[in-house]
Amino acid sequence: MGTVSNNKENNNINSGREGVRGWLNPTRYGWERVSYWLQRLTGLFLLVYFVGHVYETSSITNGIDAWNSMLELTQTIGGHIFLILVIGTSTFHTVNGIRLIFTESGKGLGKPGRPDYPYNPSSLNYIQKSGIWVALLLACIAMLYGGMVLFGEGG
Amino acid sequence: MSNEDNKKVILKVYRTNYNKDDSPHYDKFEVPVKRWTTVLDALLHVKSYSDSSVGIRYSCRMASCGSCGMKINGRPSLACYTKISELKDDVVVCEPLPNFPRIRDLVSDFSQFFSHHKNMKPFIQNDKVSLDIDDKHDLVEFEQTHEDVDRYLQFSYCIRCGLCYSACPTVATDPKFPGPQALSQAYRYEADSRDDSKKTRFNIIDERHGIWRCHFAGSCSVVCPKGVDPALGIQLLKGHMLGLSKNNKKLSNLRTKNKE
Repeated sequence: MGTVSNNKENNNINSGREGVRGWLNPTRYGWERVSYWLQRLTGLFLLVYFVGHVYETSSITNGIDAWNSMLELTQTIGGHIFLILVIGTSTFHTVNGIRLIFTESGKGLGKPGRPDYPYNPSSLNYIQKSGIWVALLLACIAMLYGGMVLFGEGG
Repeated sequence: MSNEDNKKVILKVYRTNYNKDDSPHYDKFEVPVKRWTTVLDALLHVKSYSDSSVGIRYSCRMASCGSCGMKINGRPSLACYTKISELKDDVVVCEPLPNFPRIRDLVSDFSQFFSHHKNMKPFIQNDKVSLDIDDKHDLVEFEQTHEDVDRYLQFSYCIRCGLCYSACPTVATDPKFPGPQALSQAYRYEADSRDDSKKTRFNIIDERHGIWRCHFAGSCSVVCPKGVDPALGIQLLKGHMLGLSKNNKKLSNLRTKNKE
């Protein structure tokens, strides 16, 4: 028994604060943490898309040729995949956002009561949790449909 | 003797001493475990038989004092409340709680955490009751029904172990955010029919780094060892502040000794 090995760690973590790593890791804490992570990730993705979209549509001010060449970008395989991701992220962000509007107002979380072992928190109940699953399911269906339209005949 | 009685696990303990400018590293110890051995038991075994210098904080050994909180296999837990057999792993990694400044080994500094708790004025405040009482006949008591008590009792079970604070992703990036413990205590007093200082507490939490930075990741409720469900308290509090959920609180009547 006793010390088997010493492995030095390089990063300075005196403050102990996890920083962005704290919300980048969605595992270990259940579906709500995954939803929190996805909501942020999809939000950032949509922000990038929004900036790109404004840039794309503003190209019309440079004439029809500029507009057409910009449109051609979305007609490539990469452009289609990007648009499918936009469809999926926007669907998830919207549906999960609606769930969050309710839950963050205290709706659908149950009432406080006397906790009994094994202490299943009422706020993490299946009613609100199903909102996450529905958001994920709808995002998948929307992406599938979007893929069929974009990659289908004439896409 | 069965195989279970001879079982040993490797305890990987985070070691450092910032006062001595000691670089963080992990020490590994082989510890014999039984079905009922907790992580705290294993750490105390290490202190007794391998390395007495391992720094841990503990007291009650029965999940009542909230002293032995640490990150066990990646998740904030109480060492006295976590059985090694339930971890289902031959290597148990013990690290100090995330989001708390580190002092030595597994011991963290709770000053900021307690300061957030204190900011919430965690005591009954009622304008009808004077705090300066000279005559015992001036003592008063509040009348509460069981339903009144049920509205806040769950949140009064908090032992201030800091697990929720260390699991919170908002605390991870914003040190000014009060955290789930303090906010759920704000709700605990907001829901208490003896307390009438709603406005004071709302002013404290309704600010840039306050309650609105919580986005219901729910991790605080996942790790809470006492079933407090801080996420529930925080969301209910938000609902009350927005006027979207009903608060059926009716201030308690006072019963004075003089009446009897």
